[in-house]
Amino acid sequence: MTIILPHAAARSGPADEAPEIKRSALRVALDFFRRQPLGTLGLAIMLVMFAAGGLAGWIAPYDPEENDFSAMMEAPSWLHLLGTDQMGRDIFSRLVFGARTALIVGFSAAFVGGIVGLVLGVTSAYFGGWFDLVFQRVLDVLMAFPLIILALAVVAVFGAGVFNVIVAITIPLIPRCARVVRASALAVREIPYVDAARALGFGHARIVLRHMVPNVVAPFLILLSAFVGQAILAEASLSYLGLGVQEPVPAWGLMLQGGAEEYATTAPWIAVFPGLAIVLTVLGISLFGDALRDAIDPKLRDR
Amino acid sequence: MYRYIIKRLLLAIPTLAGAAALVFVLMRAIPGDVCVIRLGSGGAHVDPASVEACRLKLGLNDPLIVQFFDFLWNYLTFNFGTSMWSGQPVAREIAVRLPVSLEIALMASVIAILIAIPLGTISALKENTWLDHVVRMVAIAGIATPSFWLGIMSLVLVLDITYLATGKPWMPPIDYVPLWQDPIRNLSVVLLPAITVGYRYSAVTMRMTRSAMLEVLREDYIRTARAKGLLEQIIINRHALKNALLPVVTLIGIEFAFLIGGLVVTEQVFNLNGIGRLLVLAVQNQDNTLTQALVMLVVAIFVLTNLVVDLLYAWLDPRIRFS
Amino acid sequence: MCVRKGLLAAGLGLAAALAAGPVGAQTPKQGGTLTYMIAADAPPSFDGHRETTFATVHAAAPFYSVLIRVPPDDPASTTEFVCDLCTGMPAPADGGKTYTFKIRQDVKWHDGSKLTAQDVLASWNSIVFPPKGITSARVSYYSMVDKIEAPDDATVVFRLKYPSTAFLPALADPFTWIYKKEILEKDPHWYEKNIMGSGPFKFVSYEIGQSIKGVRNPDYYHKRQPYLDAIEGIFAAKQSVRVDAIRGDRAAIEFRGMPPSARDQLVKEAGDKITVQDSDWNCGNIVTPNHKKKPFDDVRVRRALALAIDQWKGAPALSKIAIVRTVGGIVFPGSPLAATKEELQAMTGYGPDIEKARAEARRLLKEAGAEGLKFELTNRNVDQPYKFVGTWLIGEWKKIGLDVEQKVVPTGPWFQAMRTGDFDVVVDANCQSIVNPALDTGKYLPQSAYAESFGGYDDPKSIELYNKMLHETDPKLQREAMRAYEKHTLDTMVHAVVTPYWYRIVQYQSYVKGWKISPSHYLNQDLANIWLDR
Repeated sequence: MTIILPHAAARSGPADEAPEIKRSALRVALDFFRRQPLGTLGLAIMLVMFAAGGLAGWIAPYDPEENDFSAMMEAPSWLHLLGTDQMGRDIFSRLVFGARTALIVGFSAAFVGGIVGLVLGVTSAYFGGWFDLVFQRVLDVLMAFPLIILALAVVAVFGAGVFNVIVAITIPLIPRCARVVRASALAVREIPYVDAARALGFGHARIVLRHMVPNVVAPFLILLSAFVGQAILAEASLSYLGLGVQEPVPAWGLMLQGGAEEYATTAPWIAVFPGLAIVLTVLGISLFGDALRDAIDPKLRDR
Repeated sequence: MYRYIIKRLLLAIPTLAGAAALVFVLMRAIPGDVCVIRLGSGGAHVDPASVEACRLKLGLNDPLIVQFFDFLWNYLTFNFGTSMWSGQPVAREIAVRLPVSLEIALMASVIAILIAIPLGTISALKENTWLDHVVRMVAIAGIATPSFWLGIMSLVLVLDITYLATGKPWMPPIDYVPLWQDPIRNLSVVLLPAITVGYRYSAVTMRMTRSAMLEVLREDYIRTARAKGLLEQIIINRHALKNALLPVVTLIGIEFAFLIGGLVVTEQVFNLNGIGRLLVLAVQNQDNTLTQALVMLVVAIFVLTNLVVDLLYAWLDPRIRFS
Repeated sequence: MCVRKGLLAAGLGLAAALAAGPVGAQTPKQGGTLTYMIAADAPPSFDGHRETTFATVHAAAPFYSVLIRVPPDDPASTTEFVCDLCTGMPAPADGGKTYTFKIRQDVKWHDGSKLTAQDVLASWNSIVFPPKGITSARVSYYSMVDKIEAPDDATVVFRLKYPSTAFLPALADPFTWIYKKEILEKDPHWYEKNIMGSGPFKFVSYEIGQSIKGVRNPDYYHKRQPYLDAIEGIFAAKQSVRVDAIRGDRAAIEFRGMPPSARDQLVKEAGDKITVQDSDWNCGNIVTPNHKKKPFDDVRVRRALALAIDQWKGAPALSKIAIVRTVGGIVFPGSPLAATKEELQAMTGYGPDIEKARAEARRLLKEAGAEGLKFELTNRNVDQPYKFVGTWLIGEWKKIGLDVEQKVVPTGPWFQAMRTGDFDVVVDANCQSIVNPALDTGKYLPQSAYAESFGGYDDPKSIELYNKMLHETDPKLQREAMRAYEKHTLDTMVHAVVTPYWYRIVQYQSYVKGWKISPSHYLNQDLANIWLDR
């Protein structure tokens, strides 16, 4: 028997032990689409980006790294839907492969950071005591670094490149997740049910997994959606600074430096489209995240 | 209230110390011998005797814990070391650039607050109207837009528009002069970057204002005030706004520190001589001394800002002030 | 040795005629501040003896004097040299082995003291016979110098081991700044981070990553010069910033050069407010594999790298967006010692049939067991043309199945990586000042003979061929010897791959007068003869 604690219930008094009727997943989804049109739009955008990244090999008409010196800086046309850049590479092809890079980096960093943060946050909340106290201070220290600064420091140590960028972005996300998860997990910790379960001899793992974790899933998912957006923006920034993905790998942030800035007035499409891609993707994720939050708990709206 | 303040002040110290420890460890983890890099900067041949002398002078042969306390003591006495890249004292390098970044950050904050709070309030008051939707989309776009792309686009726009309008493209000056020396020139340098980096800031603030206002407007005492027949204007200004602004103030404070992150890329776009660009240059040029000092500076600003926000919150929130 | 000067007649009818001779017909006006862009993040140091980068020259040359130099109003000349600190160009004595220079007596250091021949002696000793721990980048240029003496405070004597036509051009090198003897003796490293000279401008301030400023030296010994009141050099590694700065008249000129696309844009917008000068450039990027790292010690792998590159198609394409233009071998294409197209096409990497060459490359890789090789290309963080050339190269190597990742580093760490051998393959540059192919091609010698050679190889045969070429006095025989040296370097051993030579296009505000272009962006940078017509 699993307890699911909606936040309103947690505030109003002792836990209600009646089990909820789980609606079918399809019902939940349809409800969501109906009530949250913007969120559905966001989800649709995300799916398009996923499709673009996943099917990049099939969709892209050209090799994203192939230089074509007979077609440098051409405006969008039927041959090149979004034009070509200063080396003659097709921008549309680079965009879809860039989607792959962005989504891989974004989701890897968000998921790994999120999961590690989840484990640490829940563990800290569950065990409490001096471990929790020390953990809180460690979180304070890590949270004192803005995301991009910590990422820069990590890149300074380990060097540039895709894998290092993922590590560099994951590390600052862990404390941010742990803090929120810990706060939610603490709410469960307080109720007498957990103590009773311990007295009965249930193992730590079972209590944590079956009671604490489900309660933090809601804010955790909302946080994840924010993380993916932040990770994508962070990767774009690092690549723009030359500390992330290197030429000629297609990545949206990388496409915005070098030739894009040099030729911004003569060939603006080089800079416009990768930027739009970033905006659209993060927008989609944010809209979806907002709608998710509204659906799960309207009291947390727009934070 | 004083207990709250003391507690907050005391918490700041271990945070700073912990951050210092983290920075210390990170900088020692960077591959390469500091002295070899310093003496051989640019690739000059180094002889082992001078490397050893340098190590002795920097105390690199001491045990790590001794080095750490040296590092802490140096920073407490404002001795930040010498930049390996420029040979100048780090404090001087930072002092030249800090005003630039601070000015942009402050200007961005002012613009953001002036735009965001009214818009967020109106959006809340006219919930679910087309105005609300427009404001919400603008705000969400602000969170999704990378500030450096916005910077590139705005620069191009300015150049092109001035060229079309007057036949001569106008570009903001590339060298910074302090505000008191030449206000007009200073403002023309700082305005575009401030808007760029402030857009995201105002977007977050707009959203928070809207949500806080919405929550407050749902409260019982507002309903009572309306039932009593008070003018809507008075309700908003005297009751709703004051209470709604509490979380907004907290957010503004926290986001101000996050501006530093935005500055790092924005200063690159506009080629401004601020600490954001200096940090990137320091990392690229493997100048550990400078990187270390800059990271500590950012952390210190962050902790300080949080502290100020906490104190402000304590003063503003009657529940804490009168406890 | 002659140099082809390029004259640009732009489509809109503007051109800047290069008048060989006195500075135009107008009288120079005094006054004004010249704001110019420096196309780098920061110089690795201010020591001209140690550095080889334009960042150092553009930043600090206005503060120093040199012994002799190219004529400021005809800097493209390769045969004429004039005095800066000396009173007259000496005729060589003793069968061409002794040069006696008389030093001017009216030169003052910026700190007020008098400059004497002892300072000149100390500086030149530091350049030709550097003490232990001091780097002199051009030591190998002066291998013919036996001894330098200063018998009194007004005379400096250079004694050579053998007569050489390469001596005077080497002596006019723009990096050979004269430092104060007292400072050199007290701290030989002082000039790396500090500036104190005797040149047309006095050092005022340096803000790292931002700008370097100087003011007019009222005691300058060339009367009436400098015409400017002050100079300000602004550092900007990004080309877009430099172009926009000139476009918006925030800076007047940038001395390195910009690609044709930037020129077209500026000219289109500003009409005759922008003047353009252009010229072939004694600079090129060379791709150097690290012979000390496997598998680049295998000549088959190096040959494959060269064969994959389509020089003839790449050059005209790149020339539209980057500052490169002419395909060449190890010799500056405008020189009579340079290879003809036919001679080039007979060498590895220059063949007319690229498909055949790439098939051969794949075969060689397979034979050497390096199929699908993955390595890192170290490159300098400068847009033009380094990063463009790097991306082009990676595209070409991909066509023979190689997986290359680019590692872009700023100027300082780039030099360091090369000097310490910390790279797989590096995009190096061979930039020389006065066109002097005999000395310029020393870059391809092993490091035991040329300090700035970073391939990490030993090759006595290469040294032998080079010396034969260097000592040859008959032009026809020297050309043959040069071909032999070139073939050995590029075809037999493939020590390096030469990418297309650079092309220098300088566009600037038309009110800047007095500056003339040359095939080297190191020359003529003391800015003493520049004036502003407004």
